Amino acid sequence: MSRIGNYFLFLGTLFRNREKLGVYLKLILDECTSIGVGSIFIVALVNTFIGAVTCVQTAYNLTNPFVPRNIIALIVRDSSILELAPTLSCIVLAGKVGSNIASELGTMRITEQVDALEVMGINSSSYLILPKVIASVLMFPLLVIMAGFLAILGGYIAGTLAGVITPEEYVSGLRFEYKPFGVVFALIKTVVFAFLVSTISAYQGYQVRGGALEVGAASTAAVTNSCIAIVAADFVLTQMLLT
Amino acid sequence: MITIKNITKAFDDRQILSGIEGEFKPGETSLIIGGSGTGKSVLLKCMIGLVQPDSGEVMYDGRNFLTSSLNDQKAIRREMGVLFQGSALFDSKSVLDNVRFPLDMLTDQPENEKLDRAMECLKRVGLEKAKDSMPSEISGGMKKRVGIARAIVLNPKYLFCDEPNSGLDPLTSAKIDELIGEITEEFKITTVVITHDMNSMMEIGEKIMFLYKGKKLWEGNSGTLTHSHIDELNEFINANKLIREMEK
Repeated sequence: MSRIGNYFLFLGTLFRNREKLGVYLKLILDECTSIGVGSIFIVALVNTFIGAVTCVQTAYNLTNPFVPRNIIALIVRDSSILELAPTLSCIVLAGKVGSNIASELGTMRITEQVDALEVMGINSSSYLILPKVIASVLMFPLLVIMAGFLAILGGYIAGTLAGVITPEEYVSGLRFEYKPFGVVFALIKTVVFAFLVSTISAYQGYQVRGGALEVGAASTAAVTNSCIAIVAADFVLTQMLLT
Repeated sequence: MITIKNITKAFDDRQILSGIEGEFKPGETSLIIGGSGTGKSVLLKCMIGLVQPDSGEVMYDGRNFLTSSLNDQKAIRREMGVLFQGSALFDSKSVLDNVRFPLDMLTDQPENEKLDRAMECLKRVGLEKAKDSMPSEISGGMKKRVGIARAIVLNPKYLFCDEPNSGLDPLTSAKIDELIGEITEEFKITTVVITHDMNSMMEIGEKIMFLYKGKKLWEGNSGTLTHSHIDELNEFINANKLIREMEK
């Protein structure tokens, strides 16, 4: 419980005694490049294959001849938009971005770079972490939009190449019973996940004391705690927004 | 001038510093010496505000640092330059950007003035040619010199150096000592150096404070260092074979 309390106190330090806004602009752009552009490949790869697998597995399980084949596309669409793209992408990003944030801050801490900022009178937590949080909140939704699109595309390619669904059936399935709120729901979830991943990872890295071993442990804790927070928040948000 | 009064600090039940007092004058290089684990670095961190002492006062020209408001503390911090033990250069910035960093963050000077000032400091430490190198591409001694350039870029009134010679060869150590001594005299800075390097003590120790188990046991200068009657200090000094030979 005390760690959760410390986490919330830590969040407060991000917004107190901030530097001038201009200072953050370049940092945010740099972080957007690192977090967003740097994660495109892995997010694209994972989601394309997940979409493909979802399509083929759904077709494999759909043995009832009375169920139309376009249902496969509907299942791929809804599972991709509602769950796979936001949740799975954010778990992948927790591994990539979260561990990077924790190890970067942890290394800065043990090599006294954080102390160097503090003695200059700079709020180190705000200067180092706030740009990462803002960049995550901006870039994760863009990555998730791309992830959702690629998952559906992956399903289309795999389904049509494997011959389990025709292109016409797939497109009609995608259009069938479409609820635009699904996309809004996915983006709300993603913003929450982005905040959780970036702040939990930053908290783990910023609190490091010791040496290389502790930096490694912080990096691991950042990923595991972020994943736990993602699945817990996923459940809470689904309960709140979809029921 | 920096005055410290009755500084005490404990971590859990371990007493690290007990009632440390001292005065550090402008234009003078003051050394805090002592064996490992005697509380030298903790004392330095208390002085620069990285560690909050349990009791005591740290006065910067009459301004009580510990009880000052956040803004006043910021103003005092901007008069400080700190050279950390591991140099603490920012890995993601070039040598020039590291030196420029305090100017970018803490001043509103025009870009060309900032660049001129950063280059001037790099020239002062003899590293103008390494301005575009990254910290990972330069040697330990060069990192220390970049650290000094960054520490003096805002024309500080107070300079703190935490073991500036650690991990350096004797020649580079001597150069770093010389540089610290010169800068202190040239700009009339109040310089406090943490060290257990005997050469530094003899070369730049205008004032030396000896800590032992968190207490100040002796205060003097390089001239009186080898003539004290404090057993702990003599034991510390005589651990160095060269000094033993010199005394004989």
